Amino acid sequence: MSDALLQVEHLSIGFSQYFKGTKKRVIHPISDLNVEIREGEIVAVVGSSGSGKSLLAHAVLGILPGNAVCGGNIAYRGEPLTEERKARLRGREISFIPQSVNYLDPLMRVGKQVRIGLGADAPSVQQALFQRYGLKASDGRLFPYELSGGMLRRVLFATSVREGVRLVIADEPTPGIHPEALAEILKQLKQLASEGAGVMLITHDLMSALEIADRVAVIEEGRTVEISEAAAFEGAGRQLRTEFTRRLWRALPDNDFDLELQGKEEVRIAADRRKSGLLLSKGALDF
Amino acid sequence: MAKSIAIRLVRVATLLIGLSILTFSLIHLSPMDPVNAYIGGDTSASPEQIEKFKQYWGVDKSPVEQYLSWAGSLLQGNFGTSLLYRSPVLDIIQSRFLTSLALMGAAWLLSGGIGYSLGVIAAVHRGKLIDRIIKWYSYTLVSTPIFWMGLILLIVFAVWLKWFPVGLAVPAGVLESEVRFIDRVHHFALPALTLSILGVANVAMHTREKMIDILNSEYIVFAKARGESKWQIFKNHGFRNSILPAISLQFAYFGELFGGSMLAEQVFAYPGLGSTLTTAGLKGDLPLMVGIILVSSLFVFAGNLIADILNKVVDPRMKGAV
Amino acid sequence: MLSVQEGWNVRKTMLLLAASSAAFLLLLLFLGFWLSNDNLRLSVARNLPPSWEHPFGTDWLGRDMFTRTIKGLRLSLSVGALASVISVVVAIVMGTCAAVFGKAADAVISWIIDLFIGMPHLVFMILICFIAGGGIYGIVLGISLTHWTALARVVRSEVLQVKNAEYIQISRSCGKSAWYIARRHIWPAIFPQILIGFLLMFPHVILHEAALTFLGFGLSPQTPAIGIILSEAMSHISTGKWWLVVFPGLLLVVVIKSFDSIGERIRILLEPASSHE
Repeated sequence: MSDALLQVEHLSIGFSQYFKGTKKRVIHPISDLNVEIREGEIVAVVGSSGSGKSLLAHAVLGILPGNAVCGGNIAYRGEPLTEERKARLRGREISFIPQSVNYLDPLMRVGKQVRIGLGADAPSVQQALFQRYGLKASDGRLFPYELSGGMLRRVLFATSVREGVRLVIADEPTPGIHPEALAEILKQLKQLASEGAGVMLITHDLMSALEIADRVAVIEEGRTVEISEAAAFEGAGRQLRTEFTRRLWRALPDNDFDLELQGKEEVRIAADRRKSGLLLSKGALDF
Repeated sequence: MAKSIAIRLVRVATLLIGLSILTFSLIHLSPMDPVNAYIGGDTSASPEQIEKFKQYWGVDKSPVEQYLSWAGSLLQGNFGTSLLYRSPVLDIIQSRFLTSLALMGAAWLLSGGIGYSLGVIAAVHRGKLIDRIIKWYSYTLVSTPIFWMGLILLIVFAVWLKWFPVGLAVPAGVLESEVRFIDRVHHFALPALTLSILGVANVAMHTREKMIDILNSEYIVFAKARGESKWQIFKNHGFRNSILPAISLQFAYFGELFGGSMLAEQVFAYPGLGSTLTTAGLKGDLPLMVGIILVSSLFVFAGNLIADILNKVVDPRMKGAV
Repeated sequence: MLSVQEGWNVRKTMLLLAASSAAFLLLLLFLGFWLSNDNLRLSVARNLPPSWEHPFGTDWLGRDMFTRTIKGLRLSLSVGALASVISVVVAIVMGTCAAVFGKAADAVISWIIDLFIGMPHLVFMILICFIAGGGIYGIVLGISLTHWTALARVVRSEVLQVKNAEYIQISRSCGKSAWYIARRHIWPAIFPQILIGFLLMFPHVILHEAALTFLGFGLSPQTPAIGIILSEAMSHISTGKWWLVVFPGLLLVVVIKSFDSIGERIRILLEPASSHE
């Protein structure tokens, strides 16, 4: 499709691990991912922890660790997204909302962190952004540890809003927060999309993703299992194409609440998490 | 914050008292009679002088009284009289301290600056050739005796290349008033260089470790994701997060620095506090020795205190915790 | 498994490196005993630059510098070993006391450690050396009383950790004596740390011993200690006899670096978690 803002086809990501000595082996946490986002559209990328969702975000932004090897195609506005292009576009046309407040510099005042990359009129733009996200002007002089988790999330959002941003990648912006804050975040993402940006919402929370997403890509073990319209997730999930997605949908508390199935899922998530933990410690973020 | 500084000051005060007790007991426990130790083999000491020492130490009283009278006179600034130089210990220390301070200060700044830069360069190029060279260099320096390094510099720059004089703080046979500033620098360069070269290793290795941690942190990944260039990442985040630990490390390094200056001053016959202590120790000038020991310890305690305060209090994250 | 095999390979290389360093040090020690004192007699072969016959040259009295250096190193190593052992014992006692005898003891010992760290090492050593009346005795005492602090802190935290571990609590509730627990559980747990601490302390000890003798403390000028050799050579460098300084110092650096590398490698081998780099 030519009108796609971002098109990810058959993306694979491998990490080479060197052992002291001679041999090198490659592990592939992502083997075959396909996602497509159009302007003004919200696409939710849903998968369990360790399914490779975050790596997708990092691959599009070009911030994978040095020992990562990518395959497949990523195209942005119809042209291949090379590393050079990524470096040029990130923070300008493509912005990133990270999953944890640890992504803020602990020793820099949050106002300054928002001002980075804003250019000449940074102070006034920062003030406007703080207003938009319900932060006081005086909060800008505080350090991250002085703000609550909810406020820090809003700071993270403020860092991602830039003149000319066409694609927003939000990596798990909703983990473990109370329902009100969740609704607020979803509203903000919706607002970004209504301003014309494409939004990639990476999450494991299918329920809340469905509230705002136009389409949902389900990811499991590094592969895209299914991409469906959000509307397909209804009732017993008969419009869903794969058995896996149907089960995922039916395992949700509001639906059949298939306990046996959920139990299995939990076990697998735990195993995946262990795997991904290993991965991160081995593939030192080296650049 | 004020409270935590106060607590640390009190601790330093108790440490200083402890230090004086320790020094006193060491002298007291030693088989030597302090008066004998003071006079040593010096037969030229007059009975009058001996009487003065006895009074200073309060030899006839109990150890506790002796300590109190001794500590009392220390507090009044009476550190006794040097046997070797026949003048008050405090005067000698004052005149030598400045010479040493210039040496140590220059080495401190130089080694801090170079060490920090090397650490950053190594961390940014981690695993590459330049990192390995810096690592090897630092680890080798840690194993190198400073006096040997000084001798090598002396051979190369003073004996072979004749760029610098072989020793002393000023040219020999020139009146103090006629010594030009350039002469002082000329004589000062090699000892300062020796002291700096060795100091680099410590701060370079610590900065490297710290910087690697920082570069692997999530906020650097985010900075990259926001389109910051390598230089911006260093300027905005790397420097900010690594400079404070490096500075506090340099302050905690005062003890090593003083020890190093003793050796460097010995090699270059540079008349500072360190070489004076060496002479005092070798010639058995106990009052001068004790005076320099107390002053140098004060210097090190001050450094450790500053390091502590920098670590715990200046870091904005610690404000809430203290 | 691939990773197991590779891991074994890494360890083998590390062990090999540590072993070759150790072999080198043993060779020096052996040479120290084997080289004849005849080489130290005064002779007419004065001020010779390095040659096959005199690898490190000869000094102004015609003594063979290689023999002097090796003998000096032997002395440094034995002084260093003795001082390190004493230091380790002090560290174990202090660290264990701090961990076992409650908060007050802990506070007192941490204060003492601060006190010892506060005085510049070299200054403190000179004081002790002087008080002890010089000689090897003074040097050993001075060095051992100043190097225990860091290891004592390590021992303290290790013992604290082990003490509160579950299996110790179980052992205690089974009615085992404190001595039994110390011997069977705590000691084996902290032994690796102590071994590493000892090996890493050694280079510092030798450096400080060399510094002290260089300044002229402790040993008589006739003793072939490495510091004395260098301090004597100092007065001859203005006449261009570089070999008197370069070789003895270089060998000292290599010896210290060897100890350091043995200590580091064993540390890495005993703490597999740190072997990633």
